[in-house]
Amino acid sequence: MTSPDLLAFAGAIASGEIEVVDLTHTLTPEFPTIVMPPELGQCAPFRMEEVSRYDERGSAWYWNNFSMGEHTGTHFDAPVHWISGKDLPNNSVDTIPPRNFIAPAAVIDISTQSAADADYELTVADVLAWERQYGRIPPRSWVLLRTDWYKRSGRDYVNMREDGQHSPGPCPEVVRFLVEERDVHGLGTETIGTDAGQAFHFNPPYPAHYYMHGKGRYGLQCLANLDRLPPTGSIVVAAPLKIRRGSGSPLRVLALVPRS
Amino acid sequence: MARQPYDGVVVTVPVTVPYRRYSTNTAHWWVGRAVHGVIQGAGLKSADIDGLSLSSFTVGPDTAIGLTQHLGLSPRWLDHVPLGGASGVVALRRAARAVQCGDAEFVVCVAGDTNQVDSFRRMLSTFSRFAQDAVYPYGSGGPNASFALITRNYMKHYGATREDFGKICVAQRDNALKFPYALMKKKLTLDEYLGARAISDPIHLFDCVMPCAGAEAFLVCREDRARSLGLPAARLLATIERHNAFPEDPIQYRGGWALDIAEFYAMAGVTADDVDFVQTYDDYPVICMMQIEDLGFCAKGEGPEFVRSHTLTADGSFPHNTSGGQLSVGQAGAAGGFLGLVETVRQLTGEALGTAVPDALVGLASGFGMINYDRGLASGAALLAGGTA
Amino acid sequence: MTEPLARPKRKNPLKKTRVPMLPQGVRSRTALGLTAAAAEGRFRLQVCDDCAAVIYPPRDACPRCLSPRLPFKDVDDRGTLLAETTIRTSTDVYFRERMPWRIGTVQLDAGPSIVAHLHGDLSEGQRTRLELKLDKSGQAIAIALPAEDTPNMQDDPQWRELTCDPKFRRVLITDGRTAVGQALAEALSEAGASIVFVGIADPWKPFAGEDRLRKLERVEIVALDMTDTISVNECAGEFAPRVDILINTAEHVRTGGIIERKGLTVAREELEVRYFGLTRLAQAFGPVLRARGADGVNSAAAFVNLLSVYALANWPAYGAFSATEAACLSAAQSLRAELRPGGVKVVNVFFGPLETEWYQAVPPPKVAPSALARATVRALQQGLEDVFVGDIAEDIRARLAVNPKALERELGS
Repeated sequence: MTSPDLLAFAGAIASGEIEVVDLTHTLTPEFPTIVMPPELGQCAPFRMEEVSRYDERGSAWYWNNFSMGEHTGTHFDAPVHWISGKDLPNNSVDTIPPRNFIAPAAVIDISTQSAADADYELTVADVLAWERQYGRIPPRSWVLLRTDWYKRSGRDYVNMREDGQHSPGPCPEVVRFLVEERDVHGLGTETIGTDAGQAFHFNPPYPAHYYMHGKGRYGLQCLANLDRLPPTGSIVVAAPLKIRRGSGSPLRVLALVPRS
Repeated sequence: MARQPYDGVVVTVPVTVPYRRYSTNTAHWWVGRAVHGVIQGAGLKSADIDGLSLSSFTVGPDTAIGLTQHLGLSPRWLDHVPLGGASGVVALRRAARAVQCGDAEFVVCVAGDTNQVDSFRRMLSTFSRFAQDAVYPYGSGGPNASFALITRNYMKHYGATREDFGKICVAQRDNALKFPYALMKKKLTLDEYLGARAISDPIHLFDCVMPCAGAEAFLVCREDRARSLGLPAARLLATIERHNAFPEDPIQYRGGWALDIAEFYAMAGVTADDVDFVQTYDDYPVICMMQIEDLGFCAKGEGPEFVRSHTLTADGSFPHNTSGGQLSVGQAGAAGGFLGLVETVRQLTGEALGTAVPDALVGLASGFGMINYDRGLASGAALLAGGTA
Repeated sequence: MTEPLARPKRKNPLKKTRVPMLPQGVRSRTALGLTAAAAEGRFRLQVCDDCAAVIYPPRDACPRCLSPRLPFKDVDDRGTLLAETTIRTSTDVYFRERMPWRIGTVQLDAGPSIVAHLHGDLSEGQRTRLELKLDKSGQAIAIALPAEDTPNMQDDPQWRELTCDPKFRRVLITDGRTAVGQALAEALSEAGASIVFVGIADPWKPFAGEDRLRKLERVEIVALDMTDTISVNECAGEFAPRVDILINTAEHVRTGGIIERKGLTVAREELEVRYFGLTRLAQAFGPVLRARGADGVNSAAAFVNLLSVYALANWPAYGAFSATEAACLSAAQSLRAELRPGGVKVVNVFFGPLETEWYQAVPPPKVAPSALARATVRALQQGLEDVFVGDIAEDIRARLAVNPKALERELGS
């Protein structure tokens, strides 16, 4: 068997035969974070402090210090993030095998349903219907939920009402199905959280986190541009920062898409 | 205990260093000129001067002791008298006792100040602790504002009018027109006085002295020493001094002289009627009027009527501030407290530089000043006599 | 008769802005007793402990009995104006720019004569009441007022120079999400502010009272997140020259001592919102406020800090919070000195527990947000610098003055 021709791969990227799609939101202070009840610990928002800008603090250079939480902006969730995954081996961002940072993606489009119902839940039936069109989801694939939610901003993006956030996500059954029946690599969403906005009230609460991380799988949130990906055939590169015992990190998520 | 007389003590060699509005010279320079003038005028040498009394606002950071080395004097009697307009009288009465008791033989009393473009402003803001805490922050109008309140109160209570104060100022200006060192050289009419711009109501421009640079000095010694040097001299008859008098008065309308005036004339052996001329301390005409009352020339409150019924020029019925006073000559800092005494000695020794008061035998020089908070604290007066020694 | 203040016209953009000058601010240490009284709106003079003489100007020995025991005490503020003068020329630049300026001699019923600034409605010979106020140098002066209130008296030019009246001024309230922020917006609009900017962070998060806030007259919502340097700088870039009074209503209240609150994330947030937020506001708005202290009727006048009274004495039940408030208080004191060259007052308003959710478990007395708002407006109208609102705050202040160590134990028990 010949070894894979990586130079040809690089050439294909340079020439555009393979398109590199940026699935990441820019880190800015305005980007919303997950909001916990006030008496609980909160996720730190992204903040920047200028160190110098070609001035008396540093004449020829410009640089900043920044701060944020592990789960700020477009970010990766490691299994140790959830109580159900806390004792699994290689469950933090620094111990996950690096080969797991590159994986194929199956993109399931529920944008129309989400536009009509902010609380739309992805069901097993939705997945089966998708598979009838595009084939069985290969093992160790990312399942990315396209909802076009990334096009919203501010109040509409967070969609916070008196009883909490309202955004689409998977129902408990479909998560179990994807993990146990399809051996998925992880779940990626365009919303804040892999779970639906109202998932606190599901059984179990936050099933995407519970089941995914419980089986040592991963999460990607606040993704963008999923509408530019084909249902199958993309490769997702998602390598979180190597933080000791980290539960996740903001990162650059790239999709490699073959031009048809 | 009766006050001891000043037998045998005389005041001589009156010196004025011609005033200038602004001077780049230091107070040390001005004092040096005056001391030189006294030594030369007395026909003495520096080594003969064994007593020095200094008054100055701008000689800092020095005091009198620094001036001994600066001027090359080695006195056995030294005084620093920081009493502003009362400096002359107070310096004189201390020097007189020293000379009388033999503690010193020739005491030079000198007052000199420079005046630079920001001297006045800087002096005002640090004049006294009470002024810093309780006066300067209120409009920073300086003594003009403080004396405006005193003037206003006096006018209300005793019916003094601006015309009354104007008469004092106009007469002093007439006296000054003949005085060679006066900085104000133009005649002043009552209309000009009344129409002048307001400084701090009811005080207007011609109620205020002009701060300037200058120095005044005189020599105090025993009568026999003056005679042997051939110096015309005036005898010292009496002095009084009083500070912070009447502290319960809500606004100042009388000065310390009122407390000691009987003793003053008793010590001198004369009455107010015997006085041939009066040099009052004229920082403001209202204070002249107060002195006329408190020095016994009329009752309290009768000042306005007294001014209306007398002429105040050197040749008038009540010769007053015969060289023009500070209001017309200028106020050279602490030298303003010497100006009246120096003029008194000149008038009594027949050496008047301006108009001579006819048959002047007894003269009164009064001092006042040091507005600490809302009133002048220092006061004093001296009676001198001329004629045969 | 005081001429009612006219609404200021739009500033002529070609005219140089007047540089703020200050009246002479040097005082002896003893005289600073008046400054302490003026900061809180009290009328206090030295009263001799031994002979009861009431003394002025402040000094170090009783002029009647030479006692050195001369504490400052509340004194009857009534008197009679004996004489007045209108100063028309001064060597001092501050007053020279503000001529003519009236002062007078007041004889207090309590004894001493006081040289005082005069309110325009007070005439010679009339009865008066004196107040101690802080002038632009931050030091105490006395102003003589008419014995009874007169119409528009707060518009008197000398009075306005001594206060931070919101009338015709433009206000920035830094956080309108809270009940206090909203109560202040309403109170300032009613007090005659020409516009009240209200800062809101995280516009994607709804908050209670939003609809009502948006409907208030002369209130304009602006984006402002005090935990975000970029946001504060951008807000200042846009609004700083149009802010005459800045009121920092940022709130972050959590229970717990410093051991009890596990981890540092809440403490970090607390410091971000309260201490670094204050620092950001100071850096972004301070220089412009300072430059505009003499800029006409709507000159920059005040930077207001709402501070827990536990900044002065730690309450361990809210121990970490108290410590952060203490940091804010110290920073406010630095800010006071840094803004003084512009004649801009730093006003610290201290209060105990509020009638808000984070003090839910604390028994009364608690301060209602509307009461805090009213007290803050009054502090601005009176030109006060240190204000204590509500029973708890007054109580803490009184105990601190007598025995700080005892208070430490009492709060910690």
